[in-house]
Formats: sequence, C-alpha cells, structure tokens
Amino acid sequence: MEETILTVKHLKKEYEDKTILNDVDLAVKKGEVVVIIGPSGCGKSTLLRCMNGLEKTQSGSIKLREEAIEAGSGNLVQIRQKIGMVFQNYELFPHLTVLDNILLAPTKVQKRDKKDVKAEALKLLERVGLKDKAGSYPRQLSGGQKQRVAIVRALCMNPEILLFDEVTAALDPEMVREVLDVMLELARQKRTMVIVTHEMQFARAVADRVLFIDQGKIMEEGTPEEVLEHPKKERTQQFLNIFQFEKVQERKIS
Amino acid sequence: MPDLGLDVLWKGSNLLRLLGGLGVALRISLIAVVISIPLGLLLGTLMTGKNVILKFILKLYLEFIRIMPQLVLLFMVFFGSTRMFGWQPSGELSAIIVFTLWGAAEMSDLVRGALISIPVHQYESSEALGLTKVQTYCYVVIPQTVRRLIPLSINLITRMIKTTSLILMIGVVEMIKVAQQIIEANRTTSPNAAFGIYLVIFLLYFLACWPISLLAKYLERKWR
Repeated sequence: MEETILTVKHLKKEYEDKTILNDVDLAVKKGEVVVIIGPSGCGKSTLLRCMNGLEKTQSGSIKLREEAIEAGSGNLVQIRQKIGMVFQNYELFPHLTVLDNILLAPTKVQKRDKKDVKAEALKLLERVGLKDKAGSYPRQLSGGQKQRVAIVRALCMNPEILLFDEVTAALDPEMVREVLDVMLELARQKRTMVIVTHEMQFARAVADRVLFIDQGKIMEEGTPEEVLEHPKKERTQQFLNIFQFEKVQERKIS
Repeated sequence: MPDLGLDVLWKGSNLLRLLGGLGVALRISLIAVVISIPLGLLLGTLMTGKNVILKFILKLYLEFIRIMPQLVLLFMVFFGSTRMFGWQPSGELSAIIVFTLWGAAEMSDLVRGALISIPVHQYESSEALGLTKVQTYCYVVIPQTVRRLIPLSINLITRMIKTTSLILMIGVVEMIKVAQQIIEANRTTSPNAAFGIYLVIFLLYFLACWPISLLAKYLERKWR
C-alpha cells in the first residue's frame, strides 16, 4: 500500500520565457487518488501532461517506479502503456467503432490476443453501462458516453496509474455525473489516479489527497478536509471562494 | 418534336467517332489522375513538413498553377516548349503534362488540408495509448485523412475530365473536336445537327462524371 508509483522531483517547465511549473515535487502511492485543483493557467494540466511525456521539461525528473518519463526519450512508448490518460476533449478515434477504439492499443501495441481483449473490453463496457454501444461510432454517442468509452479505452491497457485531465470540463452538466460515477467506482477499486478537476464536490468525495496549485507551484496539500474545508493559505481560500455564492440580500418585493 | 438533327449520328461511323473522342478525353484524364494522385500525396505531405524553403517553393507552384487558366498552361507547354527547348510534344502529351501538373498541385493542397485538419488531440491520445509514430500514422492519421480525401479528390477527377474540353485548342481531336467536325460536314444536309450533337455530348459528359460523383457521395455518407 505504501509503495510509491509515481515520483515527481523538482520539476521545472518553461514555455518561451514563462515559467509554467516551478520546482514541483509529488509522490503518488499505489492505490492513492490525488486530485489537483487550481485556477486556469496555473499549470495543473501541464503537470499531468508532463507525467505522460507529452511536454518537454527543463529540469527535474518524473519517474514511474524506477523508469524516467521524458518527452522524446526512447522508452516512452513502453512506459506510456503503463500510464492511462483521459483528456478533456474525449478524443476517441472517429473512424473506429467503440470496440475498435478500445481494442486498437491492446492488440497493436501490447500484441495481446484479440479475443481476450475483446472479452475484457465488453466486460468493462458493461460496467460503465455501454455494452450495447460497442458497435457504435463515436459520432453516435453523447459527450458523457464518449468520455466513459475513453476511460474504458485507457483501462483496457491495464495501466498502473490513470491520469484524468479535466475530463468533465467539456460536458453538459447532466452528463458530468455519469462520468464522475465511473471514476468514483475506480477509486473504490483502489486504482491509482491523478485527477485534475474543477468539480469540488467530487474532489471531496474521491480524493485521498488534494493539491492546490497556483502559479506553477504546489501552494497547499493535504486531505480533502484540510485543503477544501480549512485551507491555511489565503490564496487557497480565495480560489475556493469562487465556488461559493453568497445569498442575495433579502429582497423586499413591494 | 423539332428536328434536332440527330440523324447525323447514324451517318457513317459518327457515333463511334464521338465515343472515340470521349475515349481520348478519358484516357488523358485517367493518365493524368494516375500520375498526379501519388505526386499530390507526396507534395501535400511535404507541405505540412518543417522545411520552410521547400514549403515556399511548393506554395509558389500551387499558386502559379491555380492562377493560370488551364488554356494558357496548355499553350505554354504546347507552343512554348518548342521555342524554349526545341522540343515539340504532341497535343496529347502536352495535355497530359498540363493535367498532371494541375492535378498534382490541386491534390497536394487537398492532402495538406486533410492532414492539418486532423486535430492534435488525435496524435496525443494515440501517443498516450503507447502507439509509436508509425502506428499512429497507420491506424489513426492515414485512415482519417483518406476518408476526408476521397470525396474531394473524386471531385477533382470530374473537374479534370470536364476540362479536357479545352484541349481541342492545341489540336487534340477529342469529343468536342469530333462534334465540330461532324457538324461542319453536315452543315448543308442537316443544319440543326449542332443541337443534337451537343445534346449528345452533354449526355456523354454526364454519363462519364455522374457515376464518379455518386461514388463520392456514397463514400462521403459511409465515412461521415
């Protein structure tokens, strides 16, 4: 349980002359759910993308167990198979059916037997309530359904860790729930996950640990209770206030 | 029913000659298509590359071909190459050269458009699944590009077939030229032949291009 899966050390990321991430340290343990919150442009998505080698970094290191993750390095193809990632813009492959979307990487990258993977894929699809959509094309699905397929697609690679980059940000409100439910279910199964989200209620429910990032730095971290209920830093408080609404003064309608 | 002069079609081998003219037109466009599509694929891929000088040259080529009326290009190759290089290509060869240059230019632009229209997320989610660059191209990018490309390139092919009607200007005896000859030869006996013959030509062009358009429409719907 205490085994560390992902380690980020002194990570620094600059884009042109702007510092996006500044000296970020993070260790994710097996079975842990880490939720990252923060204002837009704070670097939280970038951090997640760095963890999958999608962004070049300037200094510091990211390791999955003992293997370094570095954009452009040779082992990236190997290591990415152990990292599942789901993006904001449900990027299924539009020319493939739901099932083929899921089967592509396990059969072509991992060279697993198609029959086995298919059975597993159908089981997973059933778990997320989409078994009857296996033969549909992405364009025939709603946003929430696409996102659930994207999660199944990532799961079918049997990754050691799952990264979620604002997966509900592009969805209509009534579809957010169905996707978050799937993620809650994964948390119950003790999957290791790093989640970037703006859904504070969800963060509270799912997280073992919450990180608040601002201006490329981890400003505060702790249990959901500590960070979301009793933030120590003023900046965290300010950010969380965005999600609160004061009741409009009693209005007298005469 | 007014006299359309259709009877001239059955005189001698007139109908066969007309079909032969269509054959010439189709042969020229087919050869040009077969050469220009792979060429366009290559040039279009290069146009999305990083080499700035190469991209500039290709852009210049594309714009030049686009701006020039096809007729001017035909004259340039047919008459110009004699003056410039002392080489006299036949009308048909000149037509094939011009149509190939034109087809390759237009095709390269279609390929470029189709390639850059694949969102960057498609590459990223393939990468994130552990696909190599080659696998990403084989299983994700190329199938999508081809789907976008086929209806567009079929359109180009029908345009090329139709534009062969210009090559009579450099002395190639294609369908329209044959038609003019038939009409001229029968001017006194069947003065209305112009109507009938051009009507037949209309139908023949239609029959040549329509199935291709249908195919494009079918593929478009299938691969939406």
